[in-house]
Order: sequence, then C-alpha cells, then structure tokens
Amino acid sequence: MQNWLQALNLTLLLAAALRSATPILYAALGGIFSERSGVLNIGLEGMMLISAFTAVVGSYFTGNPWIGVLAGVASGLLTGFIHAFMCINLRADQAIVGTGINIIGVGLPNFLLLKIWGQQGITPIVERIPEWRIPILADLPVIGPILGQQSPLVYLALILVPASWFLLFRTPFGLRLRSVGEQPHAAETVGISVYAMRYSGVLLSGVLAALGGAFLSVSYLAQFVTVMTAGRGFIGLAAMIFGRWNPVGALFACLLFGFADALQAAAQAASVPIAPQFLLALPYVLTIVALVGAMGRATPPAYVAKPYEKA
Amino acid sequence: MVDSSEGTTPKKRGSRDLTGIISPLQFVVGVSLALIAGAIILLIFREDPIKVYDALLQGALGSKRTFAETLLSSTPLIFGGLAVAVGFRCGLFNMGVEGQIVLGGLVAAYIGYAWPLPPGIHLLVALLGGTIIGAFWGAIPGYLKAFHRIHEVITTIMLNYIAFAIASYMVAVGGPMKAEGQLPTSPKILESAMLQRILPGTRLSSGIFIALFVTVLIYFFLFQTRLGYKLRVVGFNAEAAEFAGISSKFMTIFAMFISGGLGGIAGAVEVLGVHYRFYENFSPGYGWDAIAVALLGLLHPVGVVAAALLLGALRSGSVAMQALANISKDMVYILTALIIFFTAMNQTMRPFLERRLSRLNLRSSSEAAPSQDELQEQAR
Repeated sequence: MQNWLQALNLTLLLAAALRSATPILYAALGGIFSERSGVLNIGLEGMMLISAFTAVVGSYFTGNPWIGVLAGVASGLLTGFIHAFMCINLRADQAIVGTGINIIGVGLPNFLLLKIWGQQGITPIVERIPEWRIPILADLPVIGPILGQQSPLVYLALILVPASWFLLFRTPFGLRLRSVGEQPHAAETVGISVYAMRYSGVLLSGVLAALGGAFLSVSYLAQFVTVMTAGRGFIGLAAMIFGRWNPVGALFACLLFGFADALQAAAQAASVPIAPQFLLALPYVLTIVALVGAMGRATPPAYVAKPYEKA
Repeated sequence: MVDSSEGTTPKKRGSRDLTGIISPLQFVVGVSLALIAGAIILLIFREDPIKVYDALLQGALGSKRTFAETLLSSTPLIFGGLAVAVGFRCGLFNMGVEGQIVLGGLVAAYIGYAWPLPPGIHLLVALLGGTIIGAFWGAIPGYLKAFHRIHEVITTIMLNYIAFAIASYMVAVGGPMKAEGQLPTSPKILESAMLQRILPGTRLSSGIFIALFVTVLIYFFLFQTRLGYKLRVVGFNAEAAEFAGISSKFMTIFAMFISGGLGGIAGAVEVLGVHYRFYENFSPGYGWDAIAVALLGLLHPVGVVAAALLLGALRSGSVAMQALANISKDMVYILTALIIFFTAMNQTMRPFLERRLSRLNLRSSSEAAPSQDELQEQAR
C-alpha cells in the first residue's frame, strides 16, 4: 500500500519542481518589469509561444540551440515592441493588445510550421541545450541532485531573481522605472521620460518571456508543440501578483506552482490513488486562496493599464 | 499640460470605459486594414492572397453545408461575445468564458443523459442547468472582485483551469460521467434533450435561434431596464455610481453572474445541439474568440452578432482554406489578431473618426454611455 509513497523520490521531485518553475519564473519576472513601469502585459503567453517556436527554428537551421535562444530573444524584443508601441504610443487598451498577442501566439507558429516543415502541430526534434553539471555543487548530498545538474537556463532564471530585485530596488534605473508606474506625471516633471522607461519595461518583459518560451522548446523539450506553454504565461502573471510585484516573492510563488506541477506528474507516474486532475487544479485553487488571504497588501502599481499622455 | 482627468480624479481600478471607443466605422476600417496586412504577410510567404481569401470565402459561404457550418460556429461566439460584452459594460474583463462554456456543456450533458424527463421540459432543464452553473461559476470572480478586490483577470483565468480539471476528471477513466468504451466522453444524451436540426443534410441546430433570442433579451436588459442601466453606470464610473446610490459591489457580482450564465448557455447549446455528448476540448477555444467578438462588436448586442458571424465565417472557412490553398487553418487566428490590433488603435484614430461619425450620426443615443448629467438626473 505504501509502494507509491516510496516511488516518490523527494530529491527528484524537487529537481523536477525547479524545472517546472523556470518558465513560469521567466514570465513572472517579465510581468513585473512591464507592470512596474505601468503597462499591463497579459500577452506573456503569446510572447512565450512565439519565442518557443522561433528558438526551434533557430536551432533547426543552425544546429546550435543557443542561436535558437538568441532568435527567441529577438522575437521577444519584437513582440515586446509591438505591445509597447500599441500601448504607449497609440494608447490602445492594454488588455486588448495583450489578447491580440496571445491570439497571434497560437496562429503564427502553426502557420509557419506548415510553411517550413509541411506538417501540423509539431516540429521535428532539434538540438537542445544539455544540462550542466556544476562541479562541487553536484557532488553535495541532497542539494546535488536538486541543484547540481540543471539546464543553464534554469540557473540563469535563478540568477535573474536577485539581479532583477537589485535592478528594480537599488539602482536609479529601477527607481525611474517604478516611478513611471506609480506617478508618471511627477516623474515627468523631474525629467524622467515616461515613454522611454515604459519601453524599457515592456521590452525587458518581452525578452524575459522569450527566455521562458525558449527554455520550454530547446532545453526542457527539443521541439515545438502547438500551444506548448499551456497557460504558463498566465500562471506567471498570477505568480507576479502572488509575489506582490517583487522578484523574490514571485520566485517563491513559482516554486510553489512548480512543486505542485512536479508532484502531479510524479503522483501520476507512481499511480497515487488521487485523481491527477485534482493535483493539476491545486496550484490554481491555492492562488485564489492565497490572494484572498493576502489582499490589502497586494496592491498593483498605481498606473498599471493607464495610458500616459505626454504633457 | 497634465491630463487633469487622470491626475485629479483617478478612476477606480477596473472601471474602464470601452463603451464608446470603438465605432462601427472603426470596425470596418479595422477589418479592411487587417485583410490588407494579412495579404502582405501571405505575399511575403509567396502565397497568392486572392486565392487564399477566395478559398476562405468559399469555405465560409460557398455551399449550403459550409453556410450552415458558419452559422454553427457563430452560435457559441454570439453567446460568448455577449458574455464578454456584459462584463465589459460593467468594467469587468471576463477571461473565464472558456471555463464557463466547458462547465455549461458538462452539466447540460449530465442532465441530458441522466435525467429522463418528458420531451420539451427535458431540453429546457438541460439548457437551464448549463446556464446556472456558468452563472454561479462566473459570480465567483465577481464576488472576489467586489469583496476582496482581487483582479477579475487573474481569478477568471485561474477558474478556467479549475473548470478544465473538473471536466477532465468527470470523463476520464474511472470518472463519474465516463461512458463505456475507450473514449473519454460522457454517454450520449437522450433524444428528448437534443436541439432540433433545422437544415437537412447539415449540423445546423435551432441553437442559432436561441442565440438570437438571447441577444434580444440582453439588448433589452442593457438598454431598457433599470438594472441594465445601473450596470452600465458602474462600468462607466464606479465612483459616480456609488454617489448615485448604486451598489457597485452588487452590480459587479450581478454582471459576472449574467456574463457567466451566457458562457454556460453557450456550452449547453453546443453540447445539446452539435455533439450530443460531453468530451474534453469540445470547445475549440470559443471562449477566447469571444473576447475578440465582444470588442469587435463594439460591446453592443447587434455588433456582437455581426462580429460573431464574421469570426464564425473565418473559422468555418479556414477548413477549406487549408485544403484548397494549403495554408494552415490557424491563419485565421493571425487575421483575428490583426483585426484586434487595428481596431484597438482607437485612441489615435478616434479624433479623426469621431468627426466622421458625428456627421453620419451612427451612434444612437441609447447605446451611448450615460453622461454625468444623465446620472444625476436618474439618481434617486
């Protein structure tokens, strides 16, 4: 009866949790930069999908998955630019533009997939980024199997958490970025360009979402599958709110989602007598419960979703 | 010059004024620009846009069967578009229509096969069951927004995934609604719960009439009833509404209840009129397209029907386009997104278009957002 319990290896589970958390973390960090600058970005999901596809194209034609990642990042800059231009210059409704990007994220990869490979829904297998074995770290007990051998993009995501925190809260750039999200008019009067800071936020958001998408397609897997992000961009948004627009808080939220996801997969493999669907739904239920509990404190930047008209 | 309306009296978060920003002319301009941009994309990939658009048109309206398929895909889009529009009219972005559709379909299927009721009554109960589950599922984010100030975009998305999980469990192996056999579907519904097919040789059901009837109801509700007026006032300006003695908390929950109910009936009609059983993914993303339908339909019931017919035609035409022109049927998603982009550029196009509009006088007084003066007048 306890067979399934033994089959659940905790270190393997935590290593899987970290892998599952990574794409969500990229999306959450992307959401933070965009929203801190005052631009809502619900198009993260679409940005991730387009990058995931672009990364596979890059890896397929060059044989080098890193070039794929670079191509993905370039696509993130492009989708970020579209979002920024529509929301900042044209002052279009930010939720509508994000919805448009999400729809294009479904359509464009599938359109190009049929054009390039003449097949639907799934690309051929491409070169992927192998896991790195970090010398000393990998040999440690317990921590070694969890942290010692992961994709470099997992490490990058983990490094980006303190880096983003530092950038946002300890540098003049971060202060300016946050100021245009909270008080754009005041920021403008002290000589901060609202447009430039918002462009920075949204473009960073595109790049980060793109890294998350590329991680999925050329590191986690080695191919693109239609709508492979499966809502991770939206979960990233939830993690961002959960973590109160703070990279460190978002990390913990992502680890929670990642753990629930890994647990669900492991439980299914070990035939645990709980319907896997309930484990699948768990992170979403937890999010709502946590938001109900955390309210009052989780206040978004004051000027999110409000277009700014130049004085 | 600082924008005083934003600087001195910031609007409550979530109360957005979308009601007047997309005009009919903008819709036409947006669709035309999108088709041109789509043609350019096709040319880049050395495709003949005329051939592709022709295949799309043939596939959407070329024969009795394809025309029926267009109406068939338009039906859930009308309900879904109305759902999103009612939310927006109250300043709420209901991104949970897909989940509401799935649960509506699930409950309608259950009533359809498990409760042997007399003909007529059975169909009605199944439709009502699907509507009610959707309404309550939609009311949850309404409640969370009203009393816990949690943004409805997050909660409606979360509830989608919870709804998918519930539905998946119900028809998975060992699930309570699983039919005998290999496939993860519910048993077939009884004949007494089926919507009538109205065009021989096609799958078109009387669901399209229900959709049109509900459209009239929603129009009447929004523009001819006190409650509908209050709903729009809250969407227009939640603070002013409170000032005028309207409970924005109640209206938020109520609007989401109606919106969710419209999502639920979309799923019910789809199951009772097309598939006759519930299976996972019976909705190919109607709930997401519904957002585009509502926005393109200017958040007006009549506009929603027009936009639903357009997107329904794109959807049904895409099959023929893929077969005849060897273009992925998902090309229509690109077109849809382009239509959204070009109509969303409203702010820059607005001054130009408004001048045209006032001359053409296309906007009837009933659908214009209530003005501050009107508000004070009606307040009691």
